[in-house]
Amino acid sequence: MWPSASRITIYEYYPGAPIPHYCIQCPDYPCVSACPTKALSVDQLTGAVLVDPSLCTLCLKCVEACPGKVPKTTRGKSHVLICDLCFGDPACVRECSRVGYNALKTVKKPSNTGIKHYAKPPELVAEEFGRKIYM
Amino acid sequence: MQIYGSWGKLLSVDLSAGKTSEERIHPITYRMFVGGRGLATYILWRELGKKWGSVDPLGPENMLTILTGPLTGYYPGIKLVVSGKSPQSGGVVGSAISSHVAYSIKTAGYDGIIVRGASRDPVYIYVRDDLVEIRDASKLWGLKGLELTKSLRSELGRDAPSLYIGPAGENLVRTAAVMARWFHAAGYGGYGAVMGSKKLKAIVVEGSGPLPPVARRDEFLKLRYEVIDKVAARSTFRVWGTTSGLWRVGHDTSSEPIRNWVEEWHNREEFSHVAIEKKYWIKNPWADWGCPLACMKVSKAVVDGVTYYTDGPDYEMGAYLGSNLGLFEVDKVIALSALADDLGLCGIQTGNTMGFAVELYERGLITREDVGYELKWGDFYCLKRLMEDIAYRRGFGGVLAEGTYRAAVEVAKRRNLPSEEVLKYAVQVKGIGVGAHGIRSRKDYPQPIAYAASVQGGDHTSVAGLPADSEESEISSAFLDSAVVCSFTSVEEETVLKFLNAVTGWGVTKEELYRTIGLRILSLQRILLLLGGPDVRWDPRVHDDNPLRFYEPLPSGPYTNSVVSRDEVLNSIAEYYKQLGWDSYGIPTEETLRKLGLYDAVDVVKTLRRELGVS
Ligand code: SF4
Ligand code: SF4
Ligand code: SF4
Ligand code: SF4
Repeated sequence: MWPSASRITIYEYYPGAPIPHYCIQCPDYPCVSACPTKALSVDQLTGAVLVDPSLCTLCLKCVEACPGKVPKTTRGKSHVLICDLCFGDPACVRECSRVGYNALKTVKKPSNTGIKHYAKPPELVAEEFGRKIYM
Repeated sequence: MQIYGSWGKLLSVDLSAGKTSEERIHPITYRMFVGGRGLATYILWRELGKKWGSVDPLGPENMLTILTGPLTGYYPGIKLVVSGKSPQSGGVVGSAISSHVAYSIKTAGYDGIIVRGASRDPVYIYVRDDLVEIRDASKLWGLKGLELTKSLRSELGRDAPSLYIGPAGENLVRTAAVMARWFHAAGYGGYGAVMGSKKLKAIVVEGSGPLPPVARRDEFLKLRYEVIDKVAARSTFRVWGTTSGLWRVGHDTSSEPIRNWVEEWHNREEFSHVAIEKKYWIKNPWADWGCPLACMKVSKAVVDGVTYYTDGPDYEMGAYLGSNLGLFEVDKVIALSALADDLGLCGIQTGNTMGFAVELYERGLITREDVGYELKWGDFYCLKRLMEDIAYRRGFGGVLAEGTYRAAVEVAKRRNLPSEEVLKYAVQVKGIGVGAHGIRSRKDYPQPIAYAASVQGGDHTSVAGLPADSEESEISSAFLDSAVVCSFTSVEEETVLKFLNAVTGWGVTKEELYRTIGLRILSLQRILLLLGGPDVRWDPRVHDDNPLRFYEPLPSGPYTNSVVSRDEVLNSIAEYYKQLGWDSYGIPTEETLRKLGLYDAVDVVKTLRRELGVS
């Protein structure tokens, strides 16, 4: 098990207000366009961003381009980590439902571009969410 | 020798020398002591055992150990164990706490952190994988928990797992806790004061590697899901957490401390989980890392325009900072609990001392002249002031900051009374306030000998019981604290053992757990407790006993007049010691020590017997 290599990260800036942070598959995929080595591509079936470990140089241009600063790096991995939707069967969702929290669900990708608003750095989400429950 | 579930490596930090290094622990040592509490006991014994009696828990020669166990990170739920020579009991207390630091230590490549020496100026320890730094904490010193969390976050630029102390630890209050994540405390033992004595404000650990390899992966995964499913099905516990104890223990089993344990029963519906959920919970459930149970709930209360947040209040906080102080107004109990968290006080130990103080005041053993103000049951304002005075050692707070036992001795001295005259109101065992589960109604889980024969005194998470080779025995808690499993996510012992074996590849049997491994840990803890010192020394003939209050019949509730007798307690203790292979004073026999491979303890125990006059 390797917690920091997980492609979903939970931040908690306020007690009881955890923020799951992961790739939301932007309709325009700014990370893919930003990558100078073409290490990133879009899975035609799931819409997930796929990383080619052999091409990634860890230049972090994708992180810069990502509205949520999602792509992760960790010790011992020579490439960025981005959620690949487990090729259609998300393990995180399975685990979350198994324990009965049901905080994560698989949904159909909405067609509008509004979805991009969900890609936010965790600090910002925390501020909004925290304000809601703590004020 | 290949090792699974642990790295076989600790991070060692010497604050006097300002140096850090790595320390190897042999795989055989893990096999003998498991990890967590067991490993702490071994390390403390090895290094300080020969001079134990003279080691000042608050001096630089004491060590602070922060240890994970082989199950940390693998078994659902998360804990680590803080230890050292306890400034409360003079022995070794394994003090468990939920913290992200637990898995972070392991993913940084260590099984734990050992802190030796003391810094001259305030520092914090920063670990990021191989990078270890002792950093200046002069700007953090003095900060309370909430402020500190924010300051650390802005200093580091992100949220990082940390353990820390509040002002209480800085001021060497013996009931100070090591804190984590706002409301989490390693309270028993008083290790917040040990951190304070080392001028160590916080320990921040960011690990980014994998957990150590497991021996049998498939079996481990199968067991992991088995445990997850079992634990996730504990729906009552998930919905109510331990808060339901305020009704279950306070009303049904009649074993909750009320006004310094004068009573153990109440029927106040407003002081129940049902009422609390409706009015105060703003987030339910709330879980620690990797936990399928989620026993925590975030509560919020506004008192006099000030907003307070805390967890629950969970049962122990509600009992000790509520009913034990005669306070049944939940908003104010939440406020006291939040305050204890923020000041870095153990709510159990501090609530125990505060209840004791109010009773002394009521009896005229301390007066307004001593305290500076009136002490009254249920009066939030004087209680809040008293708690702050303890954390900052202001006025009479300085006496109470020594904890219930030492405060009792001091009050007796000031009143020219024999200490028994004050100690009879002190509901503690061997320097440790008794947890909020009484024994008089006989309906709650602790047996009549639970505390009197425990190697961790009044600690309700480590209770003694008969038979000695069953889950009733303290060996069972010693085991969970050594493998390091949260007691709320633990399942039947057989499965936990299987889990341990799948992760470590050991093949420990129940027999080995009770006759060897667990007994070895418990025996060493017992020896160190009896060695004690420098300011306390426990005599088994006097101190292996309950607080006197527990021999008074219950005055109210469904079990009115229920009582335990001292004869019964002493007989059961004798039987328990016999089953463990200890003599009638609870000192492990030479034969037992040799069987456990504790050869170097043989001579120490001989000296101990001589000193106690029981050879
Ligand atoms: S870090 Fe890797 S994936 Fe990201 S932009 Fe650079 S090369 Fe592409
Ligand atoms: S969220 Fe970030 S990583 Fe995911 S598609 Fe958008 S830009 Fe790429
Ligand atoms: S879908 Fe799969 S890759 Fe993506 S966050 Fe969940 S578990 Fe990780
Ligand atoms: S059961 Fe409660 S205390 Fe234990 S790990 Fe889970 S949330 Fe934490």
